[in-house]
Amino acid sequence: MLHRAVEDVSTGSDSDYSRFWISWFLSSKGNEYFCEVDEDFILDRFNLTGLNNEVANYTQALDLITDQLDDDIQDELRGSLDVQARELYGLIHARWIVTARGLAKMIEKYKRAEFGRCPRVMCQLQPLLPVGLTDMPYEKSVKLYCGRCEDLYSPKSSRHGSIDGAYFGTTFPHLLFLVYPTLIPPKSGPTDIGANAASGSGTKEGENRIRRRLREEMDPAIAEGGGENISTASVALKAERYKPRIYGFQLNEIAKLQRWQEAVRDRQVSRLEDLEERAS
Amino acid sequence: MNASDQAEFEDEEAISGTGEGDEIMEEVEEQEDGYTSSTPTSTLTWISWFCSLPGHEYFCEVSEDFIEDDFNLTGLNTMVPFWKEAMEMVLDVEPDEDTSKIPDVSIVESSAEMLYGLVHQRYILTRAGLSTMVDKYEAGIFGSCPRVYCMGTNVVPCGRSDMPGLDTVKLFCPNCNDIYVPPSSRFQGVDGAFFGTTFAHLFFQTYRELSPAPFWKATSSSSHASPRSSTGSVSQNATFVNPNPHGGQKRAAGYVYVPRIYGFKVSERAKCGPRMQWLRLRPESSEELDMVDWRGRWLDDDEDYDDEEEEEEEDRQMEDFDPVCIMIKVA
Ligand SMILES: [Zn+2]
Ligand SMILES: [Zn+2]
Repeated sequence: MLHRAVEDVSTGSDSDYSRFWISWFLSSKGNEYFCEVDEDFILDRFNLTGLNNEVANYTQALDLITDQLDDDIQDELRGSLDVQARELYGLIHARWIVTARGLAKMIEKYKRAEFGRCPRVMCQLQPLLPVGLTDMPYEKSVKLYCGRCEDLYSPKSSRHGSIDGAYFGTTFPHLLFLVYPTLIPPKSGPTDIGANAASGSGTKEGENRIRRRLREEMDPAIAEGGGENISTASVALKAERYKPRIYGFQLNEIAKLQRWQEAVRDRQVSRLEDLEERAS
Repeated sequence: MNASDQAEFEDEEAISGTGEGDEIMEEVEEQEDGYTSSTPTSTLTWISWFCSLPGHEYFCEVSEDFIEDDFNLTGLNTMVPFWKEAMEMVLDVEPDEDTSKIPDVSIVESSAEMLYGLVHQRYILTRAGLSTMVDKYEAGIFGSCPRVYCMGTNVVPCGRSDMPGLDTVKLFCPNCNDIYVPPSSRFQGVDGAFFGTTFAHLFFQTYRELSPAPFWKATSSSSHASPRSSTGSVSQNATFVNPNPHGGQKRAAGYVYVPRIYGFKVSERAKCGPRMQWLRLRPESSEELDMVDWRGRWLDDDEDYDDEEEEEEEDRQMEDFDPVCIMIKVA
């Protein structure tokens, strides 16, 4: 099933002209974190179960998203419908990005570092992934998850800081690394992902190269084969951390806390290594 | 930091407010390049002018007395070319008639910047400097930690080196004890050595009431604290005491992120399970810190922790997460 998703991505559905509302939405400033939801997914009502209770004017909002809205009501309602269509698209998006095809689309964006990079110095510009703190809409704005330090950061721009986190959901980044363990970033060293994004983007050649690479990396056989051999039991030992110093000397209380934290880390590493040993 | 990264950062400007802020800043900087006079206007001193430049928001104004005291400048004259001219520029002293030996005013300008930066590194370690910086800190001039669960803790500028020319300025958060890249590209031209490695920590040693304690216990109100809810309420701090009088006296923001898949905690047994929570974790009490010796070993290393772990994760956890199940669900 994943394989089919890969083909979809590589052939690309470039039917932009027939997808007016979604194209417009995706190209609007501030909506850079969203990916394109396939029309098939939206048209399958099963995928939208329950959303009619979440969004006002559900039917017209859905018609607007799929460019089926009657021209008659378009003028009167368009303004308020737009807000509802955005909400509906966001909630559909949250469901879409945890499907195989949705994950693949988000991985493309991730590889181009379109969600920004970790502000933590020791993470060396690790690209981020969007995540919600809750799956309930209208509660919390979107945050960014770093796969290297495994922590959450606020988007730098207020444009992104005001997006509802429920449009990405709590599951997405973790499911991504679960399904694609080869994409789990290393805990140290420079980031390789997205490094050629700036130089390659814009040119057809660069895009093709990225696509080719993506296709290779998303091949399920490769992904799972690599995944089985991956051991993450002791990766934490490689993580770098900042050690505050005054005139070169460590600070008593902070040094003590950091020693405690590292002891917690070491305890987890030996626990995981024991588990691994028992399993083999 | 290469050119493409820079482009990426510039793309994401907007630390606060207007999105176009950086573009405006850039223009100003370009004008400044063509600026040949060191005395921009008659009333503004060079120091005030320098500190008001875009990207120089983190600098405080060093008092002229401090700069005029040779003792404070010990060793700096070997690091700054055109020392005398740079000093004159920084202190707004009319230069000597004979300026013919200076090839270009812009060289003196960069010397003046280097001189000021290095003096600044020393000044902010003095009582007067610290007190100027704490005012800026409390006014939020340095911004706040980008980490969600630091709940908007204010940060201070810091360097990773005391030698100029090696790294740009970074921001230190006293809650997570970590350092971050400033959110705006305009700080990418600011040398970290102008703030130095010591200042941030001397600052929080001096102002212990601003320094979060190394332990944290979830209270009923803060265990599920929302990162959006207002932070640092005074009443909360009033009841907080760190038994270590030399330690941080502020209640920490101690929540650590727990990743979930479909509402289930991701088990540490999964390959993608959490590996980094230790980095942000705090013990519940001050005494627990003493359970680890100076070499980082548990003093009482028994098997207790296993039970503790189970207890803690009693809520729905995904044990033995089976990726195949998920693939089916996903497809
Ligand atoms: Zn990170
Ligand atoms: Zn922090």
